[in-house]
Amino acid sequence: MKATVIVTLKPTVLDPQGMTIQRSLGSLGLTDITDVRQGKIFEVRLKNGSREQVERLAKEVLTNPVIEEYRVIWE
Amino acid sequence: MKFGVVIFPGSNCEQDCYYTIQSVLQQPVEYIWHQDTTVKGFDAVVLPGGFAYGDYLRTGALAKFSPVMRAVADFAKKGGIVIGICNGFQILTEAGMLPGALLRNVGLKYLCKFEYLRTETVDTPFTNLMTKGQLLHIPIGHGEGNFFADSETLKRIEDQDQVVFRYADAHGHVTPEANPNGSLNNIAGIVNDQRNVLGMMPHPDRAYESILGSADGRWIFESMVHALVTR
Repeated sequence: MKATVIVTLKPTVLDPQGMTIQRSLGSLGLTDITDVRQGKIFEVRLKNGSREQVERLAKEVLTNPVIEEYRVIWE
Repeated sequence: MKFGVVIFPGSNCEQDCYYTIQSVLQQPVEYIWHQDTTVKGFDAVVLPGGFAYGDYLRTGALAKFSPVMRAVADFAKKGGIVIGICNGFQILTEAGMLPGALLRNVGLKYLCKFEYLRTETVDTPFTNLMTKGQLLHIPIGHGEGNFFADSETLKRIEDQDQVVFRYADAHGHVTPEANPNGSLNNIAGIVNDQRNVLGMMPHPDRAYESILGSADGRWIFESMVHALVTR
């Protein structure tokens, strides 16, 4: 079983890296793109389909709840 | 009195801290290994700068799972004095021992330069020999020093006088121009609500003798000694 954990900064948290990416797009002519927010993806494999362990991993390790939020996609 | 300096895999300022305490303060000091499960016998614990666990995942994120951090948290809960410098500050926020978080610097650059810090409170074991408003000239060296907290937490930190240092200009004015990294309210260092745990991004361990450009870092270490002697 596979899970994909997507971690992003909360909408209220400034993302200097995303802003820098967005600002650099003008030279490519990608002028319709008004906002870029960056995050992280973790691909997790598990043997028994224990969703609880993946939730704990996402919550307690992969995310800092002060600044980030996560969602899990199951396959 | 005995100081302990914790070494994580990837710490790189532990010798600066050790030297400051041993040779400049002339106080007993020992290293504490990250696998140790106790900090018994120590009166103050230093979490030094560096890149603990390579700063993988997030700065300080994996260090909080070290066995020693459980012992350090217990030590702090019982009133023990803990100072986290730079990466040490990041570890303390990740471990939940200090509020807030440290984000990438607003300019995205790693910054290595001297800053002026205005002392905002002397009601801590780290500033008790100082005067309110005192300026310290101490260097920073970080890529993730942009202090963030949600508005409710920030208000609580301010209301409870937990801000210890703010980035200021040479005249002591706290201005947007004097803010090197985008930290909210120019915050460079805070204490917990018990006031016995300090986290600060600037490096007092790089400013302990005038030959280094400043000896102002001594104020912080000497205040800690004073706090331990007089308590």
